[in-house]
Order: sequence, then structure tokens, then C-alpha cells
Amino acid sequence: MPDEGTAVLDVKDLTTVFQTRQGNVHAVNAVSFELQPGELLGVVGESGSGKSVTMMSLIGLLPSPPAKVAAGHVRFANSDLLKVSDEQLRSVRGAEIGFIFQDPMTSLNPVFTVGFQLMEPLRGHMGLTKAQARARAAELLDLVGISDAKRRLSDFPHQFSGGMRQRVMIAIALACDPKVLIADEPTTALDVTIQAQILELVKELRHKLGMSIVWITHDLGVIAGIADRVMVMYGGQVVEQAPVRELFANPQHPYTKALLETIPSVRGARPEKLQVIEGQPPILYDFPRSCSFSDRCAHAFESCRSQNPPAFAVGADHTVSCHWNAEAGAPRNG
Amino acid sequence: MFNYTIRRSLLAVPTLLLISLIIFLLLDLAPSDPTANLPLTIPPEVREKIRQSLGLGDPIYIRYILWCKQFFINEPLNILEHIFGWQIGGDRLRVLSWQTRSPVVDLIVQRLPQTLWVVGLSYVLGIVIAVPIGVISAYRQYSWFDQIGTFISMVGFSVPTFFTGVLLIVIFSVWLGWFPSIYDTTHQVTDWSSFLVQVKQMIMPVSVLALFNAAQISRYMRASMLDNLNQDYVRTARAKGVRERIVVLVHVLRNSLIPVTTVIALGVPQVFGGAIITEQVFKVNGLGQLLIIAIQGGDVPVVQTLTFIFALLIVLFNLIADVLYGVLDPRIRYD
Ligand SMILES: Nc1ncnc2c1ncn2[C@@H]1O[C@H](COP(=O)(O)OP(=O)(O)OP(=O)(O)O)[C@@H](O)[C@H]1O
Ligand SMILES: [Mg+2]
Repeated sequence: MPDEGTAVLDVKDLTTVFQTRQGNVHAVNAVSFELQPGELLGVVGESGSGKSVTMMSLIGLLPSPPAKVAAGHVRFANSDLLKVSDEQLRSVRGAEIGFIFQDPMTSLNPVFTVGFQLMEPLRGHMGLTKAQARARAAELLDLVGISDAKRRLSDFPHQFSGGMRQRVMIAIALACDPKVLIADEPTTALDVTIQAQILELVKELRHKLGMSIVWITHDLGVIAGIADRVMVMYGGQVVEQAPVRELFANPQHPYTKALLETIPSVRGARPEKLQVIEGQPPILYDFPRSCSFSDRCAHAFESCRSQNPPAFAVGADHTVSCHWNAEAGAPRNG
Repeated sequence: MFNYTIRRSLLAVPTLLLISLIIFLLLDLAPSDPTANLPLTIPPEVREKIRQSLGLGDPIYIRYILWCKQFFINEPLNILEHIFGWQIGGDRLRVLSWQTRSPVVDLIVQRLPQTLWVVGLSYVLGIVIAVPIGVISAYRQYSWFDQIGTFISMVGFSVPTFFTGVLLIVIFSVWLGWFPSIYDTTHQVTDWSSFLVQVKQMIMPVSVLALFNAAQISRYMRASMLDNLNQDYVRTARAKGVRERIVVLVHVLRNSLIPVTTVIALGVPQVFGGAIITEQVFKVNGLGQLLIIAIQGGDVPVVQTLTFIFALLIVLFNLIADVLYGVLDPRIRYD
């Protein structure tokens, strides 16, 4: 574990519940993680595993009702983002924490120019005048690789392609030089070549601007290429956390292993059919008292069904929440 | 956009001509008789003479072309002369009312101010009330404000104006005696106290119509706001740290107004038609009342002209709605 206090973002026991008609949906259950300065943390997990909800809970982006952040601490720049006033939280959003969303086609407001949308945080957070904001906005578009930036400021979102719009979203997120950038599947909606371009762009900007990044994705290939550390989520919990090489070389959680096996290999014999993880991720109507993966797990035994596994340290900076000791091939004792 | 507007306007010409023909044919088919209201003592030969003098003896196509010439050529020329003080000269036949023998256009010009004041004001008022109610109801969906708003608009929407109108008359004129039950169109506003009298007599008809309009528009506004509040761009705006007030009143409202503006524009001609009943209830002698009297008296030229003007308004406001849509939504391009 890196020493306490140096992390840019320190999340402890974050718990988010949706109060719906069918009952309470426990989407995020006691999630803890840290983000170091300059680090890129990859977050993976199946659809519905609570990746987006976790990140949106951090900065109060979930609609409430139905969402309620029930417990936890989010330490960022010496304050707890879950306790600060709405006004303070607002001054963090878009200024110190930037957010990029999955679907660039719908994430921009269709009736305002790209320039207006880009200048909004600049004027709101940094207090720039209109002219200053315009100049900075053009710089930002240039930074994310949009040519003829000055003129394109007065274009509307529909005049940009999907990849271009995602670049605009990145420019907006980076507008005020944030310390943390949270990217929620920013390339999922884009085709592969554009995806590669966006990845290159983020890699480059990350070193230029020296920010910490949380990168949510389904794509383990992407993670392998850019992440420093990986956090695997399942059922609204973090089931495994490790540096990227360690995780790929030495996965401990059965779910992580299964995820890694689903990557089709380019080399070697082609398997009969694609590997899948059988079953569906659960929707939790209660705080998990047992391991939420136990129904789909080949190693599950009694403890898995009676007790939710805590995080066990299994190596340098590597934790796993599983009762089964994969190394020993036997239940963990203690 | 300009080209589009011109093209649409040109296309409207044949449409309107066809509409005018259909109205004319329908009115001709209707079994109404302009002499039916005359005393029974008038012998049939005289009645026939009266009909002939009204031009009813001519074949239908002659009568239609005559109306077209009078309405589309003579009346506009008159208006031009009137406005610019020109003398285009010549004796032009005008569309004359069979009942009063005065030009229909003059009748309309006399009646228009009453209708515009009562109906127009109530429409504007309806919009002014409806937009904030719709915005707040959507933003605080299922709150008590939203519930009450929904209830009131259900009432305003489903209870006809002739009922609310009479109800208001019973309560405020008969029981409380606060407002006059009849709208006095001859009333002149000259000073403060006569202005108050005017306001007093307008309150009831205007509020009846305004309630009805607001009920409708606030529903549209609410639905449109709800649609937009769930859009991804709203989340983006919040993630940028934009003030909540600006998120709602700039980002969401600007998008929500696009369909609502269309509905408002399309509703303008309906307001004129729909006000006929309210004008009757409060005895406002506006256009609606003129139409009713003309229908009862079998006064074909007045009915024909007024109906056609309503049709014209519908076509015009359809065009306005489309153009506004293009102006408000940058994604729409008319080429
Ligand atoms: N508005 C909501 N009401 C009720 N439950 C919700 C709501 N939003 C999310 N959830 C629940 O939260 C859980 C986690 O959703 P989340 O969007 O975080 O998943 P995710 O990991 O981001 O998935 P994806 O990869 O598809 O984006 C889901 O199981 C879902 O049922
Ligand atoms: Mg998600």
C-alpha cells in the first residue's frame, strides 16, 4: 500500500443505494480505493457491476431521488466530497475533477455551439472574460487535435463526427486543468480506429498535463495498454485490485480469471467458441451478506454463501476479496 | 431558410384556393336560406326577388369567381389604398354581408379589436402562466406542486369553457357582484376609473380562456422538460459544474421550448375558433360572435369569408411553426 495522505483521491466504504418501487437496489457496496498522483487507474467489470454509479456518486452526479449515497468518505484536496455543501461540490466539478461520458453523440447540448459549451466552465470556474475564454477554448480544441479550432468554436455539435465530439468532451473535461479525470467508457461508442486515436490522445495529454485518471472500460485490452493499476468490480464491490502487470500475470479472483479468459486470443489455436462467463450479474436488493459471485463461481463453498469476503492482501499492492485461495487451491484460512 | 419560406408560401396559394372552393361548395350545399329570417308575411315571389338580387340566381362557378375576385383582388387593393393613401381608382365591388349590406371586411375590422383583446390577451397570459408551471412541475416531478398543477390542468383541460364561464358568472357576478356578466364593447377607456371598469369586465372572459390555454400548454411544457431533464447533456452540464439554475433555465429550457413553441404557434388559429363559445357566454361581440350570427342568418358571404380567414390563419401559423422550428433547432436545415 502506498502511504496514506499522498493520494489525490481517497474513497472509503462508498455505498450507494437506489430507492426504487421494487425496493432498494444496492448498486455500490462499501467500495474503497485510492488514486495516486499521475496514476491511471483502470476500472473493469461487467455491465451493471456499478462502475458508473461509483464514479458518479463521488461527485454527486446521480439524480437524487432515487439515488442515495448512504455511507462512505471521499477525501479530495483535504475535504470530504460527500460532506461539503452543494456549492463547494459544484466548484470542484468540472474544475478539479473532469468527467467524460460514454456516448459523445448525446453528451453535448445540441442547441448550443461547441464554443459556448467549452467556455462555460472556463468562465464559471476560472472567471475568464469572454475574450479570454474564447482564446483558451480555441487552444483546448487545438490541444485535443481539432484543426481550424477558432472557426469550429461556432459550430454546433451535430457538425462534428462522433470521434470529434468525444474530443470536444475531453477538451471540456480538461478545460480547467483538473487534478483528476474520470473517463466513463469514453471509447465504447466509437469505432476501433477512432478508439485508438482517442487512447493515444489521452496517453499523450496525461503526460503533458500530469493528471490522475480513472478509466472505466469493458475492454481489458485497453486496460493492458494504458493503465498503471486495475480495479475489478463485481456486484457493486471491488473484488480485486492490483498493478496492471500483476493482475494480468497473476489474477486471484475467479471472476478476474474468468474475465481474462473471455479475451479471444489472436495467436494460437482458435477455440471452438468464445469464452463466456455463464449467468447474469446480480441485482442486489440488500447489502450483500454473501459473496455476490458465488452463484456463478466454480470454487464456491459454504463460507462464500454465508459470509461476504473481506479484502485480503495477496501481494505487493494486490488485494482480492475471495474466500478461495487460488495459489493454494484451497479455502483461505483466517 | 429564406428560400424555404418563399417556397412554402407559394405552395400555400393553391392549397388556400382549394380550401376556399371547398368552403364555398359546402356552404352552397347547406340548406340555408338568407330569407328564412324575414317575416312570414312576405310573399314567395318577393323572397325569390330578394334571392335574385343577392346573386343567388347565377351559376355557382360565377358566384365563386366573383367572391374570389372581390376577396383576393378588390379587398387587398382597398387595404393598400387605405394604408398608403393611394388612389388606384375604379369602382370595386366588395364582399357584402347579406344581413347588414355592409362590407364583410369592415365588419371584421370592427370586431377584431374585441377578439384580440380578450382572446389574444388570454393566450399570452396562458403562455406566461403555463411555461413556469410546466418547468417547475417537471423539475419537481411528483411533488405537491406538480400534483396540484396536474389536477388543475386536468380540470382546465376537460371542463369546457362554456361551463367554467357560466360558473364564474354565477359566482362573481350573481353572488358576489364583483364583475359585470356582460362585456360592454362600447366602453371607452378615457381615464383611470374607466380603465378599471375595462379591466373588471375583461377579468372573467380572459381568465376562463387563459385557464384553458394554460392547462394545455403547461402539460406540453412539463412533458418536454421531463424528456430533456433525462438527457445526457444535462449530466454533462452538471459535471462541468454549471449552476443548477442555469442547467435548468438555460440548457434544459432552451431545448424544451423547441416543441412547445411549435405547439404554441399551431394553437393560435385554434384560439380564434375556440373562443367562439366564450365570446357567446360573455357577450363579447368579437369575431366568434359575428360568425355565429352569420350562420344563424344564413349570411353566406360572412361565413365564407370568416371561415376562409380561419383557414388562412391555420396555413400561416403552420408555416410560422415550421420556420420557428428551423430557427430554434440548429440541427434542422431547410434547403
Ligand atoms: N436510476 C437507477 N435506478 C435503479 N437502479 C439503478 C439506476 N442506475 C443504476 N442502477 C443500478 O446500478 C447498478 C450499477 O449500474 P452502473 O451503471 O454503475 O453499471 P456499470 O458497471 O457502469 O455498467 P455499464 O458497463 O453497462 O456502464 C445496476 O445494476 C443498476 O441496476
Ligand atoms: Mg456505466
